[in-house]
Amino acid sequence: MAFRSWNWLLWLMAFACSEASSYVNESSNSTAQLAPDAQFAASSSDPDERISVFELDYDYVQIPYEVTLWILLASLAKIGFHLYHKLPHLMPESCLLIIVGALVGGIIFGTHHKSPPVMDSSIYFLYLLPPIVLESGYFMPTRPFFENIGSILWWAGLGALINAFGIGLSLYFVCQIKAFGLGDINLLQNLLFGSLISAVDPVAVLAVFEEARVNEQLYMMIFGEALLNDGISVVLYNILIAFTKMHKFEDIEPVDILAGCARFVIVGCGGVFFGIIFGFISAFITRFTQNISAIEPLIVFMFSYLSYLAAETLYLSGILAITACAVTMKKYVEENVSQTSYTTIKYFMKMLSSVSETLIFIFMGVSTIGKNHEWNWAFICFTLVFCQIWRAISVFTLFYVSNQFRTFPFSVKDQFIIFYSGVRGAGSFSLAFLLPLSLFPRKKLFVTATLVVTYFTVFFQGITIGPLVRYLDVRKTNKKESINEELHIRLMDHLKAGIEDVCGQWSHYQVRDKFKKFDHRYLRKILIRRNLPKSSIVSLYKKLEMKQAIEMVETGILTSAALLTPYQPERIQGTKRLSPEDVESMRDILTRNMYQVRQRVFRSLVLFTVSSQAAALLGLENRELAVSCQTLSYNKYNLKPQTSEKQAQEILIRRQNTLRESMRKGQSLPWGKPVGTKNFRYLSFPYSNPLSARREARAAESTDDDGIDPGLQPLMFRAHPRAGSLQERRQTQAMIPMKSFHRGEKALSFSYRSNSSWEEHAGWGRRDVIRPKPLFYAVDEEYESGEQTEEETSATGSRWIAQHRHS
Amino acid sequence: MGSCSSHVARIPDVDQILRETGFSQASLLRLYHRFQALDREEKGYLSRLDLQRIGALAVNPLGDRIIDSFFPNGSQRVDFAGFARVLAHFRPVDEEDATIRDPKQPEPLNSRMNKLRFAFQLYDLDRDGKISRNEMLQVLRLMVGVQVTDEQLESITDRTVQEADEDGDGAVSFMEFTKSLEKMNIEQKMSIRILK
Repeated sequence: MAFRSWNWLLWLMAFACSEASSYVNESSNSTAQLAPDAQFAASSSDPDERISVFELDYDYVQIPYEVTLWILLASLAKIGFHLYHKLPHLMPESCLLIIVGALVGGIIFGTHHKSPPVMDSSIYFLYLLPPIVLESGYFMPTRPFFENIGSILWWAGLGALINAFGIGLSLYFVCQIKAFGLGDINLLQNLLFGSLISAVDPVAVLAVFEEARVNEQLYMMIFGEALLNDGISVVLYNILIAFTKMHKFEDIEPVDILAGCARFVIVGCGGVFFGIIFGFISAFITRFTQNISAIEPLIVFMFSYLSYLAAETLYLSGILAITACAVTMKKYVEENVSQTSYTTIKYFMKMLSSVSETLIFIFMGVSTIGKNHEWNWAFICFTLVFCQIWRAISVFTLFYVSNQFRTFPFSVKDQFIIFYSGVRGAGSFSLAFLLPLSLFPRKKLFVTATLVVTYFTVFFQGITIGPLVRYLDVRKTNKKESINEELHIRLMDHLKAGIEDVCGQWSHYQVRDKFKKFDHRYLRKILIRRNLPKSSIVSLYKKLEMKQAIEMVETGILTSAALLTPYQPERIQGTKRLSPEDVESMRDILTRNMYQVRQRVFRSLVLFTVSSQAAALLGLENRELAVSCQTLSYNKYNLKPQTSEKQAQEILIRRQNTLRESMRKGQSLPWGKPVGTKNFRYLSFPYSNPLSARREARAAESTDDDGIDPGLQPLMFRAHPRAGSLQERRQTQAMIPMKSFHRGEKALSFSYRSNSSWEEHAGWGRRDVIRPKPLFYAVDEEYESGEQTEEETSATGSRWIAQHRHS
Repeated sequence: MGSCSSHVARIPDVDQILRETGFSQASLLRLYHRFQALDREEKGYLSRLDLQRIGALAVNPLGDRIIDSFFPNGSQRVDFAGFARVLAHFRPVDEEDATIRDPKQPEPLNSRMNKLRFAFQLYDLDRDGKISRNEMLQVLRLMVGVQVTDEQLESITDRTVQEADEDGDGAVSFMEFTKSLEKMNIEQKMSIRILK
């Protein structure tokens, strides 16, 4: 492993060298460019003109070429970073990006190359900043955020202000000291510098926190600060720039200062307002996009961007607008869009933001190594010192106050961690870089100071905060991992709200309840397509099952009939014989909702697994069907049959896992159903091509008591010998799960074996077979052979393949 | 609201209640006023009807059960002491309390264990010390409501019971319940700030 990472590092160096050579080349090429031109011009008069076989036109592609190279280089660096798995523990990723940037900067400087103008004011604010903010807003965990919103606003808002003014004023006083040669920096400039240097970018720290799994409250405070801080400092920056443009300090009257404050509030709230409006509009539009799911990501991105631009037009805070838009949109859009769109949105957002961040950091590295620096010991050292001091002051005082009002006060340890996580980043650097030189003759000094502070905080604090968190033993998170917790949390919420009602007091649980009611009654009806209220417990349940399924697939767990068989005892009460009307209505629903040209796509939607529970779950009623269609939406609009099959497998596996777990508990099924019913319905899979059809047919025949998904065929074949007695097969099947459970599930194998023998004893109650029906589930108790099913399938053209199991 | 005096001494058995519940005098007084407000006919105790009159509680999915928790052992009346005792479970846990508490004395009502016991009894209606699958199902049904079908509810219940059930008896005992919640910050979830 270490060897491989060395490989990567070598590769990286090679890549860097190639970049260097490309830079060198371009300068030589641009000169070489002239020669062929001249030659061409000269030779045009010449009857036999020569066409150069090989030409290089670097200028044409220079900017995109270099930008792409930078991004690629940073990505490679990130890959290398994560490959060597000790590194992420040591330092946050921003360190790496800065190093890469410095490297690129060194190369550029060394080759005297003129770097492309990636960073200027409009490009930064219009293109580089929005994706970063959008991503942090979209992935914000909303509930903890809103639970702590009072503290977050108090801390982020006031903290930024205190820091900005504190640092600015202290630096001003330092500048007054003649000895340092800083007398020409007036108060406004100092304040502006204070505001930009107080822009904390603790995203780097958040990665460390996540890894150390600190408690949610702490995480939320820092996250909230990161979110709001950018917005606030940009607002402050703009206001102060406007003040600076008024030229003379003496012209500024108290009226202006008040106007500045009012402006601050308006800019903030106006931005949020815009964001919310755009969020609602985009949520509304996604309600209608079910047929063209390809434009769903487009709508999400364009509307967020539009909210940013619209807010910026009116000089409101675009950052807060885009954040509010992302938060609003997320809730409704997530339910409306298809699963692939959702994944696309997620990944595209991450990609965009990582590209932006990379570019900014590289730019930062590039400008580190250059000639535009001005070093002034006093200014820089005092800046560093004051940053830390003022941050400490603001943290401890603000939290002291807010602790009085919280049920969950932050301990001194927590506060210390918050103080220590004040890592500056690209935000302050960009703002410093974009200072207009005309107004700030000493811009270089500011840039240098910002760079020093950023480097110091990112490297020193970023690297040491991990160990610090572990050393201080900060309280760990209790993220919900189980459905039990979700259920009990819900119960406690209701309980708490109820008791608060008894006490007769108003609290924010009730606010939340009221908002939820309003949301359900009005907003969801308007904004969500086919409004089927989804309970969070149910969605968590499904998510957990999916997760388990995926884990199982990843560990190569086979499913085997052994798992499925012991089901016979408990069963659902009532038969699940479908009435023709039910069948018809279900088919209607299916066609209405899911019919697509590629029918195989939605066939796989209805992959159900073994248990009758599951079948019933996905089954009988229309409403349920619709719910399941809705909730299994990851399959719904799937345009790639193979992924849907894979997901189908996963569902199957997940079901089987549940079954297995229940077996593990030593009981056949905790379903509590009377023994003796039999259905195992399993679902079947559509085969997407004749090849797999053949495979499935083979599967159906040979593995008569493995009711396994043909998709798992390869695994199965490897594992199960085709022939063999029932007993033997079962044993083998029982063996397989044992092997795969090397992840340490206790006694699972043991219970498998015991269960399988138990099955043998009890005998296979009946065979269950699924008659190939046009619908996905069928409950049947007759026996049908595997061969027959295939024929029937092709005969009926229903494309459902049924699998059967027989004892 | 008959009482004009705001002196804490008017509350019967006030010392004992203060000791048992750990409320401050101010909080206790506030609760007493609330008790009197709810007790419209000035009976001196609350009946179920009085609690059911609280509008917001009626729409709370667990409203009935919460009301029942005020009436332990099937009684139909709750006096102020009982009222305060129930509410004491929701007093925020003061970290200093834990350290200076005399270990010989019974656990304060707002300790983590007692909070969990309180929550547990919301599930365990028959008071057999276990949450059976049916009881879990009923609670789920109450909370999740009509949004999901019975079969889904049942699978969720099964999964819930499975996750928590360690000894395989198909029911969740109190110890299993606490174990499944060991990572959760109960002290915060079940604390009401104003009851400090």
